[in-house]
Amino acid sequence: MTELTSAASTAPIYVYEKPVRLWHSLNALLIVVLSVTGYLIADPLASLKGEASEHFLMGYIRFVHFSAGYLLSIALLFRLYWAYAGNEHARQIFLPPLLKTHYWQGVFHEVLWYLFLVKEPRKYIGHNPLAILAMHFVFVWGVLFMIVTGFALYGEGAGQGRWQHTFFSSWVLPLFGSSQSLHSWHHLFMWLIICFVLVHIYVALREDRLSRQSMLSTIVTGWRTFKDDRPVDDESGA
Amino acid sequence: MTETFYDVMRRQGITRRSFLKFCSLTAASLGLAPSFAPKIAHAMETKPRIPVLWLHGLECTCCSESFIRSGHPLAKDVILSMLSLDYDDTIMAAAGHNAEAIVTEIVEKYKGNYILAVEGNPPLAEDGMYCIIGGKPFVEQLKYAAESCKAIISWGSCASWGCVQAAKPNPTRATPVHKVPGLANKPIIKVPGCPPIAEVMTAVVAYLLTFDKLPTLDRQGRPQMFYSQRIHDKCYRRPHFDAGQFVEHWDDEAARQGHCLYKMGCKGPTTYNACSTVRWNEGVSFPIQSGHGCIGCSEDGFWDKGSFYERLTDINQFGIEANADAVGGTAAALVGAGIAAHAGLTALNRAKQPGAEKQ
Ligand code: HEM
Ligand code: HEM
Ligand code: SF4
Ligand code: SF4
Repeated sequence: MTELTSAASTAPIYVYEKPVRLWHSLNALLIVVLSVTGYLIADPLASLKGEASEHFLMGYIRFVHFSAGYLLSIALLFRLYWAYAGNEHARQIFLPPLLKTHYWQGVFHEVLWYLFLVKEPRKYIGHNPLAILAMHFVFVWGVLFMIVTGFALYGEGAGQGRWQHTFFSSWVLPLFGSSQSLHSWHHLFMWLIICFVLVHIYVALREDRLSRQSMLSTIVTGWRTFKDDRPVDDESGA
Repeated sequence: MTETFYDVMRRQGITRRSFLKFCSLTAASLGLAPSFAPKIAHAMETKPRIPVLWLHGLECTCCSESFIRSGHPLAKDVILSMLSLDYDDTIMAAAGHNAEAIVTEIVEKYKGNYILAVEGNPPLAEDGMYCIIGGKPFVEQLKYAAESCKAIISWGSCASWGCVQAAKPNPTRATPVHKVPGLANKPIIKVPGCPPIAEVMTAVVAYLLTFDKLPTLDRQGRPQMFYSQRIHDKCYRRPHFDAGQFVEHWDDEAARQGHCLYKMGCKGPTTYNACSTVRWNEGVSFPIQSGHGCIGCSEDGFWDKGSFYERLTDINQFGIEANADAVGGTAAALVGAGIAAHAGLTALNRAKQPGAEKQ
């Protein structure tokens, strides 16, 4: 196996630019808010007593969900723009190098590392190959699915003639067959994203301790530091 | 020789006064301006009558039952007299071979110029042997009649979506009209519901006959004017939904107060129909007004999604039948357990490794 080499040193490298880091925290916050409010939409809190005119609880919960949904979508659009405008690491989760053997060897090595079958993980400046795989196929596509189905649900309430209905509901509803199925799939994919988040956080904490580069500090400050001075294994070097 | 609608009505003993009233009623029920009433009248006085052939496949006759109870007796009489109900096996006078001959007669005489209304659907398994009409599989009668019709009306959820006779595992392969293989390519108007609302049915027929064109249909082939909004969008209990006031048990205070039935599995939020505006039985009530949630009877697949009394319905895609929380919650729990196990193993592994003292 050829090790792509670059300046072999422990010198820190600036990896995640500010927009990427800001997007990461905003996105994480929105996903938590969307999951909590979404769950409460499907399974509302205990009923309130008194007159209907005194309360608007369900209305507020739905409002927060929809606002967070809009923000999530706008943030993703912005993040897509930054994939174009930002540095090479900003593109990683959107354009996995699926045709390169070196990439798949990296994925394989990472799997072995998680199965405790190799003593040491490889060293990366950007995301590791397995992380790219999960971020691309589970996170990026999962969130896109939530946005498309979410706006299709929104368009149902907004009504015909509104853009949410024209651009989403009008074709998504026939695709799922019925509004009820659409609700079920929007709900199910929330769990997929929750599974991603659970694994993601566990792995981030674990890699922070056991991998050969920094993790948590990197997503906070943008700087990647290294624990040894051997060459890195990234696709394109530095 | 060519009879107009007006001629037929007069022959049926309908007065001119009633006829004009009917025209304004129709305009109103179709949501048209009053100025349309004379246009409708003119059309009916001059246009030759279009016969409607009403076939029955696998069904329970609830569509016919609903139709003949149309809220406005006037509309009902007029429309019934407009339909060529010479052939409608539930209410026709003829029987046996004479009756079957009528189908051929209409098809031959009005080639390309009659409306085919279908109640129920054909079962396709065993060459259609599960539904025999006049000694032949219904699917053959359907295809024959569809061949030379002008347009097809799929009455009810059976003809539109399949309904209970198509429920899993669907041993007879009951198939909604638009999915029947080899059926002539004709415009299909779906009027789903189990049954559809009488006023909606009469209005659809009136529209077809007076304007001689299809009403605007949505992507799923339903008339926009009656199926563009959900029950939930116009439900009179909606303020309780927004407030967060739900019935939790059938006998609780909220049920007596008439709060929202969402937690009792009401499918109003996902059902496109006109019940909450047009209502039933001459506008007397509709299921939610009587204290029971909507079961979503006009939606595709409503019969195969598990309980009518659960908000979350089943997803059948994985060979298991469970709702999103059951599937997703289990997956998340497994992932959580996996993480815990992996973390444990990692710690063990570290402890075993000599010289692993960093951090
Ligand atoms: C809803 C919660 C979260 C989601 C959806 C999420 C998603 C993501 C995504 C998509 C990336 C890739 C960033 C990019 O390249 O643009 C990323 C990176 C990262 N996230 Fe999260 N994240 C979440 C929460 C967290 C939390 C709570 C932590 C801290 C424990 C965390 C730590 C990290 C780290 C360290 C990276 C960089 C990984 C690397 O350098 O390879 N994330 N996250
Ligand atoms: C990761 C992102 C998201 C998660 C986890 C999420 C979660 C959920 C959940 C669990 C439900 C309840 C579904 C059910 O009826 O069983 C729901 C409903 C809904 N969501 Fe989302 N959602 C997300 C994104 C969005 C987005 C981007 C939009 C677009 C504005 C959106 C709009 C809606 C709408 C309109 C409903 C239906 C509300 C109702 O029936 O009253 N969601 N969401
Ligand atoms: S009773 Fe049903 S349709 Fe009416 S507001 Fe509640 S959930 Fe919606
Ligand atoms: S309220 Fe719902 S279940 Fe009842 S008739 Fe209307 S659409 Fe069907």
